[in-house]
Amino acid sequence: MPVYLKNKAFDPFQEVQIQQKRLEENAGFAKYGATAIFIGSMRDFNEDQKISEMTLEHYPGMTESALETICQEAQSKWPILDSLIVHRVGKINLNDSIVVVAVWSAHRGAAYDANRYIMEALKSRAPFWKKEQTPEGVKWLETNTISE
Amino acid sequence: MPITVKFFARLREELNLDELQITATNGMTALDVWKKATSQSALPSKILIAINQEYAAAESEVNKDDEVAFFPPVTGG
Repeated sequence: MPVYLKNKAFDPFQEVQIQQKRLEENAGFAKYGATAIFIGSMRDFNEDQKISEMTLEHYPGMTESALETICQEAQSKWPILDSLIVHRVGKINLNDSIVVVAVWSAHRGAAYDANRYIMEALKSRAPFWKKEQTPEGVKWLETNTISE
Repeated sequence: MPITVKFFARLREELNLDELQITATNGMTALDVWKKATSQSALPSKILIAINQEYAAAESEVNKDDEVAFFPPVTGG
């Protein structure tokens, strides 16, 4: 159930592939029947404002442990085989991936539900802060949007 | 007893301070640490607190060598 913070652009599909290969090697091939993947990317707008660039600050140490705790919670709630979180930090450009959450399970129900749980918990508890560059200047995002 | 105090994001910029050491006394709470570190200013609403990198309440007591962090609501993902 690895958790990675990356300070450079990453390919979310490659990250999922690498972890899926590990799972196949460790757990034995064909144990999972479902892989649920969520990818969050940087948009060029937020709250009706244009955004050209973003910086993501985090709390080193606490961020990783919060994400690990969230994955453990998901594993205790659903029969999942593995999970992966990769999250960007630092300066982020348009279209860059911000986060990928992947969950592997025998069946789709647990994979979908655990993936949603991890993503929502990350949004409300993991100590990351977004600072956006808009035409009016730089501003900190005050709160995360509720799930839509 | 020594305590490390950290501030993040908007709070860090507003206070122009990312980290400092203070000397705490027995029975001091996270709120007391905030007041001592910021010259008795009121704790802004919605500010989150962590002690040793776990979420804590303003009334939580601090201990020797604790790391107490204050930060705005989180906005990752």
